[in-house]
Amino acid sequence: MAVHIPYIDKPNPVTGVTNAKLGIWLFLASEVMLFGALFSALITLRLGVNDWPHGYEVLNVPLATLNTVVLIFSSVTVVMAWAALKMNNLKQFKTYMSLTLLMSVIFLIVKAIEYGSKFSHGISPATSNFYAIYFVITGLHGLHIIGGIIVNAYLLGPGSKMWSVEPERFTGRIECAGLYWHFVDLVWIFLFPILYLL
Amino acid sequence: MASEHMTLEEVKKHTRTYWVIFGALLVLTAITVAISYVHLPFFWAVVLALVVASTKASLVALYFMHLISEKTAIYLTLGLTAVLFVFLIVIPWMIPWAEVRGWFVS
Repeated sequence: MAVHIPYIDKPNPVTGVTNAKLGIWLFLASEVMLFGALFSALITLRLGVNDWPHGYEVLNVPLATLNTVVLIFSSVTVVMAWAALKMNNLKQFKTYMSLTLLMSVIFLIVKAIEYGSKFSHGISPATSNFYAIYFVITGLHGLHIIGGIIVNAYLLGPGSKMWSVEPERFTGRIECAGLYWHFVDLVWIFLFPILYLL
Repeated sequence: MASEHMTLEEVKKHTRTYWVIFGALLVLTAITVAISYVHLPFFWAVVLALVVASTKASLVALYFMHLISEKTAIYLTLGLTAVLFVFLIVIPWMIPWAEVRGWFVS
């Protein structure tokens, strides 16, 4: 017997938002604490030593700047994909979601080039505390990018069939996927200066 | 206006705002990179980097994530998260304070 989940496409009268939206915000709250704990670890390590390298001396700032622009652009395209659905334009949604996926893949390729360069020089998480926290935080962020790619690719492909039968629910799904993607962008907005520019 | 209740006209207006915010984010990214080339004293470099990053994050959260007009339930969730996040970030600075008081001696 199918179980009916209430308020997935209409706002819950108690909260004023759909249960899906409240759910994704609660998930993002837990993500804030996850990355917050790693930022706290970074500060603890940084305060505990005198010889901490400057990010701009040991990491590739131009590549990271490129990735910042790529991720910011993907944030615009994912919110435009949601706006396209609000304007009943599925074709435009697909264009913007494809662009978001393209930007996500470019981000990962650039990151792979960065990692490859470090590994080829014998640099790994075991090299120093700086590289340990650098690889852990950027690696976890990269895993979040991969997670976003999987979800967004599903919503662009087979998941988009929902549009023809439950357009409001599908638009809600895109909004939730977009909120997650913006969070991934937010994390990078802080990672970029803290790791690369200081 | 929460995103669920936007009219077609409001969404169209918002799409123009998204591109303006994109431009602002690019300018702020250029500023934060430019600041890093000046090699300011560490304290001021950190302060400026965090101010620019926080401004960028606020623009993303307010406009792309629609927090500029969200429901109270979301604000309450994020308010509690913010308090706990600040606590996490304060912990490292409490370590020397706790060491002085011998809290880490078994």
